[in-house]
Amino acid sequence: MTVTTSAMPTPVAARADGKAEVVLRLAGITKRFGPLLANDSISLSLRAGEVLALLGENGAGKTTLMNILFGHYVADAGSIEAFGRPLPPGSPRAALQAGIGMVHQHFTLADNLSVLDNVAVGTERLWRPWSDRGTAKRRLLDLAGRFGLGVRPDALVGDLSVGERQRVEILKALFRDARILILDEPTAVLTPQESAGLFETLRKLTADGLAVVFISHKMNEVFAASDTVAVLRAGKLVATHATASTDREKLAELMVGRAVKPPSPAPLAPGEPVLALSAVTVKSDHGRPLLDAVDLTIRRHQVVGIAGVSGNGQTALADLVSGLIHPDAGHAALKGETVDRADPAAMVRRGVARIPEDRHSAGLVGAMAVWENLIAERYRDPAFSRLGVLRRGAARAYAHDVIDAFDVRCPGPDARTQLLSGGNMQKLILGRTLAHGPDLILASQPTRGLDVGAVSYVHGRLLEARAAGAGVLLISEDLDEILALADSIAVIHHGRLTPLLPHDRVSVRQLGLLMAGHWDILPEIVDAA
Amino acid sequence: MTEILDILVSAAFWTAVLRIATPYVLGTLGELLCERAGVLNLGIEGIMTLGAMAGWMAVYQGADLWTGVLFAAFCGALLGLLHAVLTVPLGLSQHVTGIGVTLLGTSLSYFVYRLVLPQASTPPTVTPFQPLDLPGALAQTPLTYLAFALVGLVAYVLYRTPVGLAVRMVGENPAAAEAQGLSVTGVRIGAVMAGSALMALAGAFLTLSAFNAFFFNMVNGRGWICVALVVFASWRPGKALLGALLFAVFDALQLRLQQVAGGVLPYQVFLMMPYLLSILALVLVARRASYPRALMVPYRKGER
Amino acid sequence: MRLEPRNDTPLAVRLLAPVAAVVAALALCALLIAWTGAPVLRAYGLLIEGAVGSRFALTETLTRATPLILTGLAAAVAFRAKLWNIGAEGQLYMGALAAVVLGGGMLNLPSWLLIPAVMLAGMAAGGVTLLGPAVLKTRFGVDEVVTTLLLNFVVLLLVSMLLEGALKDPMGMGWPQSAPVDPAAELPKLVERTRLHAGLAVALGLAVLLWLIDTRTIWGYENRAVGANPRAAAFAGMPVSWIMLRTALLSGGLAGLAGASEVLGLKGYLTLDLSPGFGYSGIVVAMLAQLHPLGVVGAALFIAGIFVGADAMSRAMPVPNYIADVLVATSLLCMLVAGLLARYRLRRG
Repeated sequence: MTVTTSAMPTPVAARADGKAEVVLRLAGITKRFGPLLANDSISLSLRAGEVLALLGENGAGKTTLMNILFGHYVADAGSIEAFGRPLPPGSPRAALQAGIGMVHQHFTLADNLSVLDNVAVGTERLWRPWSDRGTAKRRLLDLAGRFGLGVRPDALVGDLSVGERQRVEILKALFRDARILILDEPTAVLTPQESAGLFETLRKLTADGLAVVFISHKMNEVFAASDTVAVLRAGKLVATHATASTDREKLAELMVGRAVKPPSPAPLAPGEPVLALSAVTVKSDHGRPLLDAVDLTIRRHQVVGIAGVSGNGQTALADLVSGLIHPDAGHAALKGETVDRADPAAMVRRGVARIPEDRHSAGLVGAMAVWENLIAERYRDPAFSRLGVLRRGAARAYAHDVIDAFDVRCPGPDARTQLLSGGNMQKLILGRTLAHGPDLILASQPTRGLDVGAVSYVHGRLLEARAAGAGVLLISEDLDEILALADSIAVIHHGRLTPLLPHDRVSVRQLGLLMAGHWDILPEIVDAA
Repeated sequence: MTEILDILVSAAFWTAVLRIATPYVLGTLGELLCERAGVLNLGIEGIMTLGAMAGWMAVYQGADLWTGVLFAAFCGALLGLLHAVLTVPLGLSQHVTGIGVTLLGTSLSYFVYRLVLPQASTPPTVTPFQPLDLPGALAQTPLTYLAFALVGLVAYVLYRTPVGLAVRMVGENPAAAEAQGLSVTGVRIGAVMAGSALMALAGAFLTLSAFNAFFFNMVNGRGWICVALVVFASWRPGKALLGALLFAVFDALQLRLQQVAGGVLPYQVFLMMPYLLSILALVLVARRASYPRALMVPYRKGER
Repeated sequence: MRLEPRNDTPLAVRLLAPVAAVVAALALCALLIAWTGAPVLRAYGLLIEGAVGSRFALTETLTRATPLILTGLAAAVAFRAKLWNIGAEGQLYMGALAAVVLGGGMLNLPSWLLIPAVMLAGMAAGGVTLLGPAVLKTRFGVDEVVTTLLLNFVVLLLVSMLLEGALKDPMGMGWPQSAPVDPAAELPKLVERTRLHAGLAVALGLAVLLWLIDTRTIWGYENRAVGANPRAAAFAGMPVSWIMLRTALLSGGLAGLAGASEVLGLKGYLTLDLSPGFGYSGIVVAMLAQLHPLGVVGAALFIAGIFVGADAMSRAMPVPNYIADVLVATSLLCMLVAGLLARYRLRRG
C-alpha cells in the first residue's frame, strides 16, 4: 500500500459555490431519549458533490441525527427534505428510495452470507419467484471497478478484513443508487493508510456528483476530507463553516466548549517488571492462533500501548491478562510468579486491575445495584461476607466511599447500574478495580464511546496509577489515545506483536504500516531507536 | 446380524421408513424455517397436536381429506402467528413463549376433541389417505410425496429467491436487513407462520395418513425431536431430509427389532432409542454447529 | 407504537401484573366456555366453589398445590440462572422412583430418620437427572431445553419399564404399579381424614429458605449475577460453570422432591400417572410468580385451585375439564405480556 494523503485531488467543493443543487435539507430536528435531549432543533443542508463533516464529541448527538435521517429513529419534531421532496419519518426503506445510503459504525453485514447476498438483499421485489443473481453480480463488479472498491462477490463476509467490509458497506449503498452517502465514524477501525484510501474513494464519489456526510470526532480527518464542517455539541448545532476558512483550535473549542489540554505524562524511569509474557500462544476453538508467540514485558511506572486494527488478537491478549483464557504454549508471569493457569479471581488477588473492553456486557451486571457491582470482584472478602452471608451494610458503606472517591454520578449505592451513563459506568469500573493499589492495570479500550470529560478523567486516573507504581497495558484502537499516553508502543497484527517501540521514535506513518502488516520496516525503526 | 440384514433388504421396511420419516421431514422443515428467520419455535409440539386434531376433526365433520389438510395448516399458521407476535414485535422469551404455545395448542386440542366427542371410549375413525398404487416402498400416501416435494421447495425458496434471502438475512443480522429496507418484523412473522403451517401438516399426517383417528399424546415428543434434528441438519433443508430419513431408519429398525428381540429386552428400551439418539445427535454437532447468528435474539427497532 | 424500558418498576405494578394476567386469561377462556353453551358466570362460580368452597375443597387445593410449589421453585431457581430446565416432569418421576426404591423396605430405619433419608434420595435422583443436560450445556454448548424435554420421555419409559419389571407389585393384580412404601416412610397428615400431608410444610419451608438464600447469601448473589449477565460474572471472577451445575442440582432436586413427596405423602406407591403434568405446570407457576420464591407459593395455590375447581365444574356441566389446562396455558402467555408491560411502557412514535 502506498500513502496517498499528499496526492489528493483538489476538493470538488470548488464547485459548491451556490450552483450545485441542495440535495438534503434538515429543519428543526429534535429528539429526546427520556430526560436526554439528544438533538435540539438542528437544521442543516447538503449540496451535490459536497463532503460535509459532522464533528462532535461522543454523545453530542451526531449518530442520533443520522439515525433519524436514515429512518432508524423518529424525530420528536422537525422535517427532512431529500431532493426537494419530504422524507417520510421512521422508514429506512423510504430513505433508501430517496437515494440515501448509510454506512454504520458497526457494520450491518451478515457474516455467514456472501458479499453478493449482503449487497443484493432487499433490492428485488420480495415475491419475485427467482433472484437474478447474474445481473446483480455484474452490476456489483462494475460499481466496484468504477470506484476502486475491489471485492470478491462470492466471498463470505465473515472472511473479510475490516477494510474490505467497509467497502462492501459502501457498495451496498451505491448498488441502490444512493446519491447521498452517510458514513458514521468510518475511520475508527482503519489504519491511517486505509483511511487515506477511503478519503480517496470519497473524492471519486463526489466527483460523480454524490453528496457525502461523514461523522467524526477527529480533527485531522475533517481537514483531510471535508468541504464543510458542522459542529455539534450536547445536541445543539453550534457552528457550520467552510473547512478551508477555519482552523483546528477554533473547531476544538467549538466542539468541546472550552480549550482542551491533552494529557502530558511526566517521564518516569521504568521500574521492575510486573508482567512478562514469553512466547505465549493462544489458539481458538478451531485451532487458529489468536496470539502467536507473543513476547511482552511491562514494568512499573510504564504505560505500554498496543496499537492495531480491531480483530488482530487484542481481545485474546486482554482475556489472557484478565485470566479468562490461558496460554496454549509459552508462559505468563506476574511479578515473577507464573500465572499460566490463573483464573480471573486469581488475577485480581495478585494485584491486576482489569478494565474490560465492553463495560456493558463484560464489565457490569446492569440489572444489579451499584453496590453489588462494586463488590463483584471481592465479595468473598471477610469485609463483605461472613460464613456465606452477605454483609450488606458494610458493602453499601464501602460503595458510598468509592462513589465519592471516583466521582460516580448516581442516586446512590442502591441504584440499578444500567441507569448510569457510559462515563459513570466506566468510573464505577475504575473504582472497583483501582481502589486497591494495583500492580498492573489492563485497560482495554478504556475510553471507547465516552464524552470528553470522562475521557480525560479516565486518562488522569491511569496516569496517577502509573505514577504510584503500576504498569499499564493499554489496548486501544484509537491511535491518538495511545500516542498521548503510552511510554512504549507495540503493534499487534494477526496475533503477532512487535517489540516495544519508544513512543518518541516512531511516526504515525510507521505505525500505520505496521498495523497493516508491513513489518519489513521494523529494522529501520528499531535501529533508529 | 443376519436378522438385521433381512430387515434392511425388505421392501416393507423401507415403506415403513418413508412413512415414519414424513412427520419428521415436515416438522423439521417447519422448525428450520422459523429458526432461519431467527425465531426458535418450541410451540412445535402443540402446533403438531393442534394440526393432528384440527385436520382429523374437519374430515370427521364431513370435509374432504385435502380440505382437512388445509384446515390443519391454517390452524397451525394461526398458532404460529400467536408465537410470532409474542416473540417478534414484543420480544418475549422464545423459550417460555414456545412452551406456552405448546401447552395452549395441546390443551385446546384436547378440550375441543372432548367437547365434540364427550364420551367416546374407542376413538372414532375416518377414511385416511390411501397409498398410491406404486411398487414396493414407493406405495406412499400423497402427503408423504408432498413432504418430500416441500423439501425441494423450501430449499429453492431459501437459496434462490429474494424472499428466501430476506429470511436468511433477518436470521443472521436483523439490523442489516432493516438497513436494507426490509421489515424484520414482517419477514419473521411470515416465516414463523409458514413454518408453523408445515408443523401442523406433520400433525395432520398422523391422523389423516399414518393413522385414522386422534389419540391423546399421539404426537409424543415428535416435535421436540424435530427441534433436535434442525440442529443436527445445520439448518439446511437437504440435510434435514437426510437427518429425518436416518432417524426413521433407526426408528423402523427398532420397531422390527422389538418384534425379533422382544423377549430379550423390554420394549421400552427400544422406545427410548429415538429420544436418546436425538440427544446424541445434538452432542455430536454441538461443537461445530453454526447457528443463525440472530437465533433467539429479539430485535427491537431503534432500541439503544 | 414502541416499547420503552421503564427505569424502575414500582412494586404495585409488579404485584398487579399477575393479577391482570389472570383476569385476562379468565376473560379469554370465558369465550371458550360460552362456545360450549354453558353459562360463563355459573361455570366460574362452580370452579371457585370447587376450589375453595368447603373444608374438603380447600384441603384438596392445598394438596394439589404441594407438588406445584416444589416444581414451581424448581423452574424459578433454574430460570433465574437462565438454565431452561423444562425437564421437571422427568426429574419428578426420578425422585418418585428413588422414593419407592428406598422407601419400599430397602432401608430399615425409624420414621424420623427414614423420611428425611428418602426425601433426600428423591432430591438427589432429581438433581442428578438435570446434571446431565447441565453438563452438556456448560461443556459442549448443547441447548438444555431440548435435552431436558427429551429426557422427560426417556424417564417415563424407564419408569414404565421398571413398573412392568423389577418394581412391579406382586400383589398389584397385574397393574403396572410399584409395591407400596413402608408405612414408616409415609408422611404424616396435616389434617385428619383429608389427603393433606406434611409435604406442604416442607414445600413452604423451602420457599422461605430459598428466598433467604436469594437475598441474604453470596450464593444468591452469585446466582443473580450469573442469571443476569454470565459474561460479567465470569469476568469478575465468579465460577460460572460451577454455579450453573449447582443450580441444576438444586432445581432438579426440588422437582425430585416433588415426586418423593407425592409418593410418601399422597399415593404411597408409584404409577405412571403420578403426575398430571406437574413439571410443566411448574413453569407456569414460576412465571406467574415472576421467579420470586414467595410468589411461587401464591401462584401454585392459584393453579392448584384452577385444576381442582375445574374438575368439580366439569362434573356439573358439559365443559370438559381440559378447560383447566387451557386456562393455565393462557395465564402463562398473558403473564408474559403483563410482565413485559410492567418492565416497559408503551409509547407512541
